[in-house]
Amino acid sequence: MSTTILITGARILGGGPRDILVRDGVVAEVGDLAGTAAGQTVEAGGLIALPGLVDLHTHLREPGREDAETVETGTQAAARGGYTAVHAMANTSPVADTAGVVEQVWRLGQEYGHCDVQPVGAVTSGLEGRQLAELGAMADSAARVRVFSDDGRCVSDAVLMRRALEYVKAFDGVVAQHAQEPRLTEGAQLNEGEVSARLGLTGWPAVAEEAIIARDCLLAAHVGSRLHVCHVSTAGSVEIIRWAKSKGWDVTAEVTPHHLLLTDSCAERSPLGPYNPIYKVNPPLRTAEDVRALREALADGTIDCVATDHAPHPVEDKETEWAAAAMGMIGLETALSVVQEAMVDTGLLDWAGVADRMSARPATIGRLPGHGRPIEPGAPANITLYDPSVRLPVDPSSMASRSRNTPYEGMALPGRVVATFLRGRPTVLEGKLV
Amino acid sequence: MKRHLISAGDLSRDDALLILDTAEELARVSERSIKKLPTLRGRTVVNLFFEDSTRTRISFEAAAKRLSADVINFSAKGSSVSKGESLKDTALTLEAMGADAVVIRHAASGAPHRLATWVRGSVVNAGDGTHEHPTQALLDAFSMRRRLGRLEGLKVAIVGDVLHSRVARSNVLLLGTLGAEVTLVAPPTLLPVAVETWPCQVSYDLDAVLPKSDVVMMLRVQLERMNAAYFPSAREYSRRYGLDRARFGRLHDDAIVMHPGPMNRGMEISAEVADSPRSTITEQVANGVTVRMAVLYLLLGGSEPAIGTSAADPAVQTVPGGEL
Repeated sequence: MSTTILITGARILGGGPRDILVRDGVVAEVGDLAGTAAGQTVEAGGLIALPGLVDLHTHLREPGREDAETVETGTQAAARGGYTAVHAMANTSPVADTAGVVEQVWRLGQEYGHCDVQPVGAVTSGLEGRQLAELGAMADSAARVRVFSDDGRCVSDAVLMRRALEYVKAFDGVVAQHAQEPRLTEGAQLNEGEVSARLGLTGWPAVAEEAIIARDCLLAAHVGSRLHVCHVSTAGSVEIIRWAKSKGWDVTAEVTPHHLLLTDSCAERSPLGPYNPIYKVNPPLRTAEDVRALREALADGTIDCVATDHAPHPVEDKETEWAAAAMGMIGLETALSVVQEAMVDTGLLDWAGVADRMSARPATIGRLPGHGRPIEPGAPANITLYDPSVRLPVDPSSMASRSRNTPYEGMALPGRVVATFLRGRPTVLEGKLV
Repeated sequence: MKRHLISAGDLSRDDALLILDTAEELARVSERSIKKLPTLRGRTVVNLFFEDSTRTRISFEAAAKRLSADVINFSAKGSSVSKGESLKDTALTLEAMGADAVVIRHAASGAPHRLATWVRGSVVNAGDGTHEHPTQALLDAFSMRRRLGRLEGLKVAIVGDVLHSRVARSNVLLLGTLGAEVTLVAPPTLLPVAVETWPCQVSYDLDAVLPKSDVVMMLRVQLERMNAAYFPSAREYSRRYGLDRARFGRLHDDAIVMHPGPMNRGMEISAEVADSPRSTITEQVANGVTVRMAVLYLLLGGSEPAIGTSAADPAVQTVPGGEL
């Protein structure tokens, strides 16, 4: 007995209404399928259909900080945000630097089934920046790790970075660098500029990101390997990546939703009052000029994809003075809305572009062949249905994430994920977890 | 006046002048044998000090006591804070005790802003990290006006570690509001990025600025900055940016020298300059009490004149609150 779902009237990538027949987890037919019998029918008139979103940068916090997030709650948040696959960052406790830890995280994802969890392996043991972690063992494990990152910390040692880039070539891996020159950012709190100067917060200068990106691009070219740049945040970084790509080097980059929408002025002027650590994040929010450059770079493809850097923290780690607060913000459940606000409603990107930057390209970079495929017969039925016509205030208490540290609280954002299908199985219907 | 005093930038010109004028009236009380006013009787002022600063704490304590407020000194050392209690929980405790005003000194920039979101009483910033120290700026302005008779058009050089100085930030904002012309003087390493957006001039050359200055305010330079490569050595810093006798001689005759304390004698200022009659350094301390009285009075007591507006004998003037 086969399982069938008929999705009716969906606008694939924003095009004209089409019906989508899903059979046994695979897209069977696309077109005018009125009258086709199906086990379940999902009315999708007016909704945009996108290939299930893929996040290259998620902190699920398990193992170690289950008070902030778990694989279960984090993947529920992902499904609610329209994601069918997330890359779980390695900075857990213990660190995901062995085959054992990455397999544990991968299995938890399989068990809960809200979305695929693809673990990221640490580049160095314990994220300590001294010795390579067992990259090959993680690559060969059941978790099939292809993305390696010390995210949260920069692989600042040039020799270690060179070796990591070289070593991962053996299994088509990629090093995802958190670009932050450590000496230039000791005690750094906020983008170094007008706002940090006025607020008396230690500056996080753009050059500390750009210098590492430039070095890493040169290293990747020198050893002929793949480099992925995490959470690009400055106009200068965009210029360097554009230059590296123009050379034909295998460099990719991501930008977070918050760096596409918010600026460092949030730390000074917001409805929540100045110095509210809800806006404290690493890399920090930058200037309006940086936001403009990041949007243009995402539109022209210099930046390949949007990645959330979903970073849950419990309330007590944010209800503090700025310097004492944890860095990071949650983003899985608001990412698509923020991208609509920053990119689609501004005319910079159409829905095909959104599908490319939030699904196809991250799936390619992460080497996830079952994700990011066009919605056409034969493809795994990873599908997100999205209603772009509504505008709703962000309500943290309604989120699936265990944490509440969203910078968009109370802000009205466009759009809403109505349904998410993971290999044909609905994980979200009517905006609610299945 | 707003409910809190957290940034000197929150003060309008009228607010700032009201504080200075009120302080001027209160200064007359300080000259009496009985220095105490009943104005804030029954009100509670908490001195919440997360950083050691005996001089600032004593100054606020004296100010509150001269206005008859109940004063609770809460220092982080030996309290629940050292056991890991959060600022928020400390705030909620003070709130439950019914603090009418909380004077806060904290090593983290912005801590007073955060505190103000958790307590109903007035928050007075007694120095937060490298952000601001608004009552210091008010007492500096008060001291300048007393010595030189005006603030409008006054040329003020602020010299030293501007990058890490809350005194400099508050002074730039307040003196700008009051019409003085500020020039910041420091090696480029000790000036913040984007300082050119501040409402003041900037110079690297102390010798060029001195002859044009009516006020020279020397900032404390911490020796540990040397280890972070902000300057090569104490000797070189002192040679290029210290106020010694030779430089002092380049000031015009009416110019005054200020320092918020504590001083590094021999580093940013030589002993003979610090002790000269044109130094206001000890006056600044005395004026600090008066200005802080004015601030507490205006935040807690209301906007009526502190001692009354008539020129009658101060001893029989009405006192705000009408409880003399």
